[in-house]
Amino acid sequence: MLEQLESTYTQALAELETITHSDALHDWERRYLGKKGAVTLALRATGQLPKDERAAFGKRANEIKNALADAFTGREEMIRQHELAQSLEEGEIDVTLPGRRVPTGGLHPATQTLRRIYAIWAEMGFQVYRSRDVEDDDTNFTLLNIPPHHPARDMWDTFHTTTPGVILRTHTSPGQIRAMHDYGENGTAPIRVILPGMCYRYEQLSARSEIQFNQVEGLAVGRHIHMTDLKGTIAEFARRMFGAEKRVRFRGSYFPFTEPSIEVDVECMICGGDGCPVCKYTGWVEIAGAGMVHPVVLQNGGYDPTEWSGFAFGMGPERMAMNVNGIKDIRYFWQNDLRFLEQF
Amino acid sequence: MKVPISWLKDYVDIDISIEELAERLTLAGLEVTGVEYFGIPQGEPPEGINLPPSDHLVWDRDKIVLGAIREVKAHPNADRLVLAMVDYGGDALEQCVTGAPNLFAYKDQGPIDPPLLSPFAHEGAEVYDGHASDGSRMILKERALRGIPNRSMVCSEKELGLSDEHEGILLLPWDEFGHFPPGTPFQDVLGDAVLDIDMLPNIARAYNIVGVAREVAALTGQRLRLPPLDVVAEGAPIAGEVSLDIREPELNPRFTLALIRDIELKPSPGWMQRRLRLAGMRPINNIVDATNYVMLELGQPLHAFDFDTLKERAGGQPPVIITRLPEPGEHLITLDGEDHALDEYNILVADTAGSLSIGGIMGGLESEVNDPSVDMLDAMGVELDEDAERLLHGKASARRPATRNVLLEAAAWNFINIRRTMQSQKMSSEAGLRFSRGVHPAMALRGLLRCIELMRQTSGGVVAAGHIDEYPLPAPEVQVDLPVSEVDRLLGFHIPQDEIVRILRALEFDVVEEGDHVRVTVPDHRLDIGTGITGQADLVEEIARIYGYDRIPDTVIGDTLPRQRANTALEREEMVRDALARTGLREIVAYRLTTPEREAMLTPPGQPSSWPQSGYVTLANPISADKTVMRHTLLAGMLDIAAANARHTDRQLLFEIGSVYWQTGQALPEEPVHLGILMTGPREVPQWQDGRRARARMDFFDLKGVIEALLRELRVAGAVTFAPVEHSSFHPGRTAELRIDGRAVGVFGEVHPLVRDAFGLGLDLERPVVAAEFDLGALVADLTVLRDIEPVPTQPAVYQDIALVVDESVPAADVLAAILAAGGDLLEDARLFDVYRGDPIPAGKKSLAYALTYRAPDRTLEDKEVAKVHARIVKAASRRLGATLRA
Ligand SMILES: [Zn+2]
Repeated sequence: MLEQLESTYTQALAELETITHSDALHDWERRYLGKKGAVTLALRATGQLPKDERAAFGKRANEIKNALADAFTGREEMIRQHELAQSLEEGEIDVTLPGRRVPTGGLHPATQTLRRIYAIWAEMGFQVYRSRDVEDDDTNFTLLNIPPHHPARDMWDTFHTTTPGVILRTHTSPGQIRAMHDYGENGTAPIRVILPGMCYRYEQLSARSEIQFNQVEGLAVGRHIHMTDLKGTIAEFARRMFGAEKRVRFRGSYFPFTEPSIEVDVECMICGGDGCPVCKYTGWVEIAGAGMVHPVVLQNGGYDPTEWSGFAFGMGPERMAMNVNGIKDIRYFWQNDLRFLEQF
Repeated sequence: MKVPISWLKDYVDIDISIEELAERLTLAGLEVTGVEYFGIPQGEPPEGINLPPSDHLVWDRDKIVLGAIREVKAHPNADRLVLAMVDYGGDALEQCVTGAPNLFAYKDQGPIDPPLLSPFAHEGAEVYDGHASDGSRMILKERALRGIPNRSMVCSEKELGLSDEHEGILLLPWDEFGHFPPGTPFQDVLGDAVLDIDMLPNIARAYNIVGVAREVAALTGQRLRLPPLDVVAEGAPIAGEVSLDIREPELNPRFTLALIRDIELKPSPGWMQRRLRLAGMRPINNIVDATNYVMLELGQPLHAFDFDTLKERAGGQPPVIITRLPEPGEHLITLDGEDHALDEYNILVADTAGSLSIGGIMGGLESEVNDPSVDMLDAMGVELDEDAERLLHGKASARRPATRNVLLEAAAWNFINIRRTMQSQKMSSEAGLRFSRGVHPAMALRGLLRCIELMRQTSGGVVAAGHIDEYPLPAPEVQVDLPVSEVDRLLGFHIPQDEIVRILRALEFDVVEEGDHVRVTVPDHRLDIGTGITGQADLVEEIARIYGYDRIPDTVIGDTLPRQRANTALEREEMVRDALARTGLREIVAYRLTTPEREAMLTPPGQPSSWPQSGYVTLANPISADKTVMRHTLLAGMLDIAAANARHTDRQLLFEIGSVYWQTGQALPEEPVHLGILMTGPREVPQWQDGRRARARMDFFDLKGVIEALLRELRVAGAVTFAPVEHSSFHPGRTAELRIDGRAVGVFGEVHPLVRDAFGLGLDLERPVVAAEFDLGALVADLTVLRDIEPVPTQPAVYQDIALVVDESVPAADVLAAILAAGGDLLEDARLFDVYRGDPIPAGKKSLAYALTYRAPDRTLEDKEVAKVHARIVKAASRRLGATLRA
C-alpha cells in the first residue's frame, strides 16, 4: 500500500515536470489531488489499514499530499508566467487598421455661422429678435424710407406674392421697424438687437447669387449712439469673428434707411490682405452694409430723431462662411449634399 | 460708369496717382470696381491697398513714339504695300513698310504737309499682333517685306490695344496733335486710364464726368472747372419756329429747345469718338454723338429731332411740341421696334400729329434724325439688337435725305414716374437710367446750351438765336440749417466748423455761417438732399464721406444698456438642434420655395390628403418653374434631399428646423416653425470587422428611439403619448401621432412606399424611409426647466424577469402601464427586452418579456416582499388585460 503510494508520488512528480499548459495542469490536479484523485483516495483508504500501520501511512500520505500541492502551486505559477509571457509576445494586432466608425451628427454650416454671430453680438449686449419671412411691402420698403416706385427699390430684386402688398422680405431690415415697435416702448427705451432670418431675392441662381439667403441685421437705438460706436462695434465683431489682427475699413455707400451709409470691409481671410481671387486682389472683403439709422426710419419706429439716434448693419452669414472656408459656390448651402455638410 | 482720366482732367487737376484717386473715390462712396489702362503703366497702389495686377500692354516710352509721316512711296515689288517715310524725332527719316490702306491715297504724291501723325514703334517694341484674334503680342524684329528690309512699324489701334480696329493705321488729326513734336512718347499723346465706377442709386449728380470731377476736387482740394456754356448763335431766331405745350408739369417740370440749321451730318471728330468709345458708347454721327457726349459729361440726356420731319407733320406750320399723358389705347413704336401699349402715367413727347417719344426714355421710330449713311441710330443710348437694326436699315433706305435741321430737346422729368414707366414698359436706355435716378431741372438748360454749341462746332451748322425754355414747376431751392453740434451728435467726434464749411463749399453748397450754425443752400445740380432733420443727416453724410471714413475713430458704445430679454423660442430651437445632432442626425436647410405639385406628391394619387388644408403663399413673379409657392411642409423638401443624397450615401439621418407658410384668412400667412426628421439606410455604419454581411435597416422604432431621446433631453413636461393614426403620407399601419398632454405635436412613421417612390427613393419594401413632421412650438411649449434630481441609490436592487402573454391587439404601452401601476413604489423600472410570437404561444397572442428592477430606498428588499409585488403585477395584468404568465 505504501509502496503503491510512493510510486504514485514519484509518477505524479514526474508527470508534473512535463506539464506546460494550464489545462493539463488542472487535469493532473484532478487526477492526483481531486476528490477522486489517487492521493485523496489513498488517504481516504487509511482507515482500512491495520491500526499499527495507520499512523505512519497517514503521516506519509499527508506529506505526499502537501508536497504534491506545493509542487502544483509552483508549477502553476510557472505556467502562468509562461502563458502571460507568451500572450504578450503573440497577441500583437495591426494598429493601423481603422477603428470602428462611430456615426456622428452635426449642424448645417449656416447654423454654425449664425451661432458664432449670435454669440459675439450677445457678449456686446445685442439680443436676437426674429420677424416674419413673408412681409408687407410697407414694412419691407416704405417705412424704411423707400417709397413705392422709388428708384432705390431697384437695389432689391423682389419676389412679389399674388396678395397685393405682400412680398418675400428682401432683407431683414423690416425687423428694425418691428423691433422698435415691440421693444421701443413708444420711443422711450433704448434697443440693442440682432435680427437674423431668411431673405429672398429674385435673382438667377449662380455660384455667387442665391434666391434665398440668411441675413443678420443689427440695430442699436439710444440717446447717445454715434457713428464712432458703429465703427468700434463692427470692428470688434470683425476681430472676434475673423481674427484679432484683422483690420476693418469703412467705405461710403447708400442705403435709403441709413444716413450716413457705409459698407464695411475686412481684410481678406484667405490672403490676409495680399490680394487673391476671393478678394478680387483688393485685399478687402465686404462683410456688411451699415450706417446711422435714417431719421425717417427712427420716426417710423416711434422715436424722436432729434433726441434719439441709432446705428444699423446687415451681414450675410453664408457669404462669411464662404470667405472664411474658401467655398466657391453659394448653391452648396441649400443643396444639402452630405459630402458638403459632413465637412463642417 | 466709365470715366476716362483724360476727360476728367478737363475739369479738375489731378495731383495724385490714378490708383490713389481710385481708392479715395471708393472710400467716398463712388466705388471704383476696376481701372482699365491704355498704354500707361499701372502705378504703385497707396499704402495698405492692393490692386489686381493689370496685364495690359504698356507702350515703351522710348520705343513707341509719335511719328510724322512726311512722304509715302510705292513699294518696288508689291502693289499692296507702301513705304512710309517717318520722322520719329531722330536724325533721319525711317522707312517703314506697311500695308495700311489709309496711306494708299498718298502714294507717290510727294511730301505731305502737314505730315500724317501716327504711332510709331521701333525695333524691339512690344505690340499686339494685328492679325491675331486671341490678344497675343509680339516683339518687333527686323525682317524683309517683299525684298525691302524693315525694322519698325506705324501702328493700328489694335496693335496698341486701343480698340479692335486694324483696317488701317491710326492717324491723328494735325490740328489736335500737331503741337506734339515727333518722337514724343506715345504714352504722353494717347495714354489714358478709365475708371469703372459703380454708381449707387442716390448718386445721380455724380453720374457724369463733371460730377465725378466735383467729387475729385472736393476730395483732393483742387478747384473744379465747369464746361463752357457759351453758344455762337448767328442764325435767325428760334422764336416763332416752334412752340411748347407742357400739360403735366408734375411729370415734366421743364422743357427746353434749341435749333440748329444747315448741319452736315458726318462722323464726329476723332477726339469725341475716342472719348465716347472710352466711356463705352459707340460713335454714330456728329449729331447723335453730341447728345451722348453731353449726357456723359453733364448727366443731362438730350434728344435730337429732325426738324423738317416735325414741320412736315405740322403741315408746314411751326410745330407744337406737346408733353402729355397718352390717350386711352394709345400705342407708340419706339426706335428699337417695340410696340408699346401705353399706361395712363407714361408721359409722351408729342406734336399735333401724334406721339414722338416716351419722355426721357426712348424716341419713337418716326422722328429720329435721318442718317442714311449708318445702319443704326442709338440716340438716348439705346442698345439696338439685330432685329431693330434691320428694321431701321430697311426704313433708312426709304427715307428722305440726311437731316439738315435739328431741333434739340433737353427736358426734366419726374424721376419716380420715369422708373415706373421703364418698369411697366420693360424698356431701358442710358437716358432713362439717368432720369430715373433724378436729374435736376436746372441741368436741362446747361445741357441744351453745351450740346447745341458742340453740334455747331462739329457740323458746320448755324445755331438759331435764343432758345425756348418752359419751366412751369421750378425745383424748390433747398435750404438746411445745420447746427454744428448735430455733426458731433451723429458722428460722435468733432470736425472743426472750418472743415465742415470747406467740405460743403467744395461740393458747391452755398454756406452762410451763423454762429455755431451753418445755413446751407443746396446747389442746383442735385436732388438728393432733403429738408429739416433729413437734410441735416444728408449733410452729415456729405461731410463724413469727404472728411474720410478712415479718419473716424472707433469707440465702444457708451449709451445705456437696454433691458435684456431672453429669446426662449430660439433657445429651445437650438436645444432641439443640439439634441438631435448628439443623437447622430445631420441638419439640413432646404429651399423654402416649392410647388403645390411637388407637395401634392406627399399623398398617393387618388387619396385625400391628411395635411392641413390651407392656401399657399404664391409668387406673382416666380423665377423658376420649380419654385412658385412657399412650402407647407418640411417633408417634401427632405424627401427630395434624401433622394439626391441616396445616389451616393446609403445611410442618412437628417433633420431640418424651419418655417412653413400657411395662407389663412389674413394678408400675411402663418409661419409656424416645424421640425422634420428623416432616416433611411442601415442602422449600423458598416465596419470592416463585419465584412460584407447585410445590415439591418432603420425602421419605425429607430425613429421613435430618436424622438424618445429628444423628449428625454428636452425634459418635456407634459404627458407624452404615441397614438396609432392614419396619414396619407405614411404607411397605414406604421404611423403614430406624438401627443403631449393629449395635444397633437405631429406625425411620424414609415413613409408611404408610393410617396417615397414618387420622390425617387424607390419602392423596395426592404428599404424603408421613416420620417417625422412636428410643430416645433408645440413640442417645446412646456419644458421642465428646474430639474428634480434623484439621489443615487444606496440599496441593492432585486432583478426579476416577467413574460406576459396577451392578445395581439393589446398595445405594449398598456401592458407597461399595468406593470408600473401594480408595481408601486418598490418597482423601480420595467424594461421590455423581448416580443415573441409563435410556438408555444397560441396564434393571435404575443409574449412580452420585461426585465423588472425592484428596490427600496431605505433597506435591502427581502425575497418575500418582491414575490408579493411580482404576484400583484401578474394578477393586475391578468385582470386588466387578460394576460397570462408565460410558462
Ligand atoms: Zn484675398
